[in-house]
Amino acid sequence: MVFKVPEKEKKFTTVSIPTPLFKKIQERIKDTGFTSVSSYVTYVLREIVAEEDEEEGEPFSKEDEERVKERLRALGYLG
Amino acid sequence: MPKPHGGRLVNREVPEHKRERFLEQAGELPTLNITEGQAKDAENIAKGVFSPLEGFLLQEDYSNVLDEKRLSNDLPWTLPIILDVHNDLNVRIGDAITLSYKDRPLALMQVEEVYKYNKKEFAQKVYGTLDVRHPGVAKLRDMGDLLVGGKITLVREMETPFSKYNLRPVETRVLFKEKGWRTVVGFQTRNAPHLGHEYVQKTALTFVDGVFINPVIGRKKRGDFRDEVILEAYNVLIEHYYLKDRAVMSILPFEMRYAGPREAVFHAIVRKNFGCTHFIVGRDHAGVGDFYPPYAAQDIFDEFPDLGIIPLFFKTFYYCKKCGGVVNEKICPHGEEQHIKFSGTRIRELLRRGQRPPREMMRPEVVDVILRSGNPFVE
Repeated sequence: MVFKVPEKEKKFTTVSIPTPLFKKIQERIKDTGFTSVSSYVTYVLREIVAEEDEEEGEPFSKEDEERVKERLRALGYLG
Repeated sequence: MPKPHGGRLVNREVPEHKRERFLEQAGELPTLNITEGQAKDAENIAKGVFSPLEGFLLQEDYSNVLDEKRLSNDLPWTLPIILDVHNDLNVRIGDAITLSYKDRPLALMQVEEVYKYNKKEFAQKVYGTLDVRHPGVAKLRDMGDLLVGGKITLVREMETPFSKYNLRPVETRVLFKEKGWRTVVGFQTRNAPHLGHEYVQKTALTFVDGVFINPVIGRKKRGDFRDEVILEAYNVLIEHYYLKDRAVMSILPFEMRYAGPREAVFHAIVRKNFGCTHFIVGRDHAGVGDFYPPYAAQDIFDEFPDLGIIPLFFKTFYYCKKCGGVVNEKICPHGEEQHIKFSGTRIRELLRRGQRPPREMMRPEVVDVILRSGNPFVE
């Protein structure tokens, strides 16, 4: 049996933002579920990145689609 | 229609014209016999249901899923999809092996990693408990001490009596498009439908183009409805009470983990892969006993602004005698004495005795199906 030796990889890195913005966010997250400026910034960035990802097109070719439609008709899902 | 999770629908099924060659190859490789649940996971990986996974989790992803509820590339992913093995398995990194179910080759696997894991940590982080009364925790005791990670290739589908209901994400996506649905709400279920389920679906359907009813098929707890009863019950419900062009049912072969909040997010991701834009999350979704707070499975979605599917949260529906209809606490001002609750336990008790639940709880056509089935419950 051969085991993989686990490597400790750093899960977080540092991004610089202007200090006034940092302070503004610090104020904004008071009494919210966010425990730090980092968690807030991570949340907002994930939201933005995800929205951009959603804008791409369909993953099927026309031929694939026709093949699938045939099966759906055979199973009674399409008339 | 949303993109598949991670941007691409995974397809790791051997094409028909190459199947014979792969099966021959499978016969020559070392074999690992896997359980029904693992076989279902392998099939779901290969068919893109678990996109973007292409195999069982590697250690980095496994640790990240436990710690962050995300894959190592930061993509939301809440349930570890793992393949456990016992210490005596003679597998080396780099080996190709055959995963067999019921002594038939199911998939080939490229072993990329074999690693140890901590069962207590797994239980605490995934199920939130070490209590062995939780079915997931109990199952962990019998699992192997090592995990094997690596990509798989499906060489043959599992045999199922429900194949005509077994659609791949690539198929549901085409189906929704053909029906002209731009918005689709997914509904997860492991029960025969009562009026509460129906009203949740129809309330959601008021705002979207179609409902995708997606019952989980596979090993369940004792006392749950049998798979064939659930499917037949939904068939009659759709036939009598739904617009034909607004509802689609297909199955999800999957072993419930009963991981409550984590599993609710996972269920949403799976329905996103099927092409759903919305997903219904009710009270105690994927819960068991009283291991999770009633609405924990809704609260957890706050952690995932980047999920790519919109969760629809519902309070519990009930019948109000004074309102004369099915309502919930957000819209009904009357006291509990006016309410008839859709208690799954109460409905099962009645059915077990061969009695009919009242019309305010369950559609008569659904009751007929259940009572006709002999014993509708898992032993």
